[in-house]
Amino acid sequence: MTPVTSPPHGHAAAAGANGAPGADGLDPEAVSAFQAAFDTAVAADERIEPRDWMPDAYRSTLVRQIAQHAHSEIIGMQPEANWIARAPSLRRKAILMAKVQDEAGHGLYLYGAAETLGTSREELLDKLHAGRQKYSSIFNYPTLTWADVGAIGWLVDGAAITNQVPLCRCSYGPYARAMVRICKEESFHQRQGYELLLALTRGTEAQRAMAQDAVDRWWWPSLMMFGPPDDESAHSAQSMAWKIKRHSNDELRQRFVDICVPQAEALGLTLPDPDLRWNEERGHWDFGAIDWREFREVLKGNGPCNEQRLEQRRRAHENGAWVREAAAAHAAKQSARASQDGASRTARSEP
Amino acid sequence: MTSTAPPTPATLPLGDDALILSHRLGEWAGHAPVLEEEVALANIALDLLGQARALYTGLADVLGSEDEIAFLREERAFRNCQLVEQPNGDFAHTIVRQLFFSTYQQPLYARLSPVLPLAAKAVRETAYHRDHAEQWTLRLGDGTEESHGRTQRAVDTLWRYTGELFQPIEGLEVDWQELAEEWSAGVRDVFDRAGLTVPEGPREGAWSAGAGRQGLHTEPFGRLLAEMQHLHRSHPGATW
Repeated sequence: MTPVTSPPHGHAAAAGANGAPGADGLDPEAVSAFQAAFDTAVAADERIEPRDWMPDAYRSTLVRQIAQHAHSEIIGMQPEANWIARAPSLRRKAILMAKVQDEAGHGLYLYGAAETLGTSREELLDKLHAGRQKYSSIFNYPTLTWADVGAIGWLVDGAAITNQVPLCRCSYGPYARAMVRICKEESFHQRQGYELLLALTRGTEAQRAMAQDAVDRWWWPSLMMFGPPDDESAHSAQSMAWKIKRHSNDELRQRFVDICVPQAEALGLTLPDPDLRWNEERGHWDFGAIDWREFREVLKGNGPCNEQRLEQRRRAHENGAWVREAAAAHAAKQSARASQDGASRTARSEP
Repeated sequence: MTSTAPPTPATLPLGDDALILSHRLGEWAGHAPVLEEEVALANIALDLLGQARALYTGLADVLGSEDEIAFLREERAFRNCQLVEQPNGDFAHTIVRQLFFSTYQQPLYARLSPVLPLAAKAVRETAYHRDHAEQWTLRLGDGTEESHGRTQRAVDTLWRYTGELFQPIEGLEVDWQELAEEWSAGVRDVFDRAGLTVPEGPREGAWSAGAGRQGLHTEPFGRLLAEMQHLHRSHPGATW
C-alpha cells in the first residue's frame, strides 16, 4: 500500500477549474501534490502500484527496463535450446528443457509486469522485432559446445542473479514481485550450470578442455553484462534515485568477480584474466581492463549472433501469425455462438 | 530381427514412443507461435521424457542404464511407432500428431497403469496432453480458412501412421480392438466439433502397419537419432 493512490482514469476528478490542465489532463497544482506524494513513498521505501500516479519518465524507464529484461528471457532461450536435441544424457536433457521453459515463463511474468504500466506484450514484441528495443547483448554469443550450457548457467545466470536480486526491492511493486519468483528459479539455473561444469572438470581430458574453453569464451562477456562503467552509464543516476536500481554497475560487477574467483578454483578452472589478484587493502579481487570496444560493437548489432537471434525470433512470430489469428477467430465465433444461443433461449422463454 | 535376438521387453515400445515424441516437441523450443505454447509444449515434452526415463529404468536389468538405452541403440533397435518420429511440420501438424498420439496413449496408460513402472501421475499427465491437443484442434479447425486447411492437410498426411498404434504389442495385456474403437470414437468426436473430415486413405505407414514396432522406421528418424546420440557417442564411457 502506498499513499499515492489515484484511480487510473481519475485525472478528470483531479483536474481543478483553476489553471489549464497539463499534458496528462492534470492541473499543475494536482501534479505537484501527486509528485510530492510519489517522492515521499519512494523515499520511505514503499511500493508504487499500477493504479498509483507516477511521473511519466518513471513509467517509461520501467517499461524500457522491463521490456529489455523480458526480451532477454525469450531471446536467451535460443542459445540454450540449441543444445536440447544433443544433450548427452536424459537427465541433462530434462534439466535443460526445464530451464528453457522457465525462461519462457519469466518472459510471461515480465511482459505481464509491463502490461500493468499500460504497454501490451504485442506492442513490445513489435518493437523488439523492429530492432527498436534491446535485449541483453550476452545472447549474441554462440553456444559452440555442450560446456557452453554450463558456462551460461554458472556465469551468465550468476551475473543475472547478482543484477536481479536487488530488483526484488525495486520501488515498482509488480516488477519487484515478478523478480522474487524469477530470482528463485535463476538460482537453480546457476547451480545446475556449476554442477554441469563440475561433472566435466571431473570427467575425461576432453571434457575438461571443453569446460575450460567455454569459460574462456564466456568470462569477459559475462562481466560486460553489468553495463558500462559507472561514469559512462546513461540511465543509472535517475534509476538509483527512483530506487528502480539499488547498486551501481561497477559495484555489482565487483561483487560478481568476488563470488566467481573461489568458485572457479573449486571447479579447477582458470579465469582468463592474468591481472586477477586479491587486493588485501580493498578486500576485493582486482581484475583486468574490459574491452569496451567489443561491448559497443555487439550492442550496435555487430556481435556474432545478433542477426541470427533476431531473425529466428521474427520468423517464429511470423510463422505463428496464422495460429494466433485462428485462436482469436475461434474465440470470437464461440462468443458469437454463445450470445446467439442466449438470444434464442430468451426468445423461446418469452410468452 | 534375427531369430537369435532376445525378445523385446513389452514396455520398450512405450518408452521409445515417449522419448522420441519428447525429443520432437523439444525442437519447438524458441520457435512456438505464442509464449504460452513455449511453456505448454515444453511441459508435455518434459512429462514424456519423465515417462521414458521411468520405463527405461524399469528395463535396466535387461537393457542397461537409461542412457545406454537412449543413446547407444541403432535405429533398427528402436520400437517406437512411426507417428511420433514424424517431423514437427507446422503447428497444425504438431497438434494433430499430439491429438492422434495422446488419444491413444491416455487410455492405454489407464489400462496398463497397474502393471507399468510409471507413477499414477503419468496417466493424469496424458489426460492433460489430450486436453491440450483437443482444445487446439478445435481452435485451428474452426478458426480461419487457413488454419482449417492446414489442420485438414495435417490430418490427411498423418492418418496413415495411425493404424500402427493398434498392432498388438507382445506382452501387454490389452484389448487392442477395443482400444482402437475408443480411439476412433474420440478422434471422430473432436473432428466433428472442429469441422474436420476423417480421411479415407489407408492407415498403414511407410512399410506396413506395425513396422515401427518391429524396428522399421521412416527416413527422418535416422537423422533424429544422429543428432540426439552424437555427443554421447563421441565420448565413450564419459559421465555427464
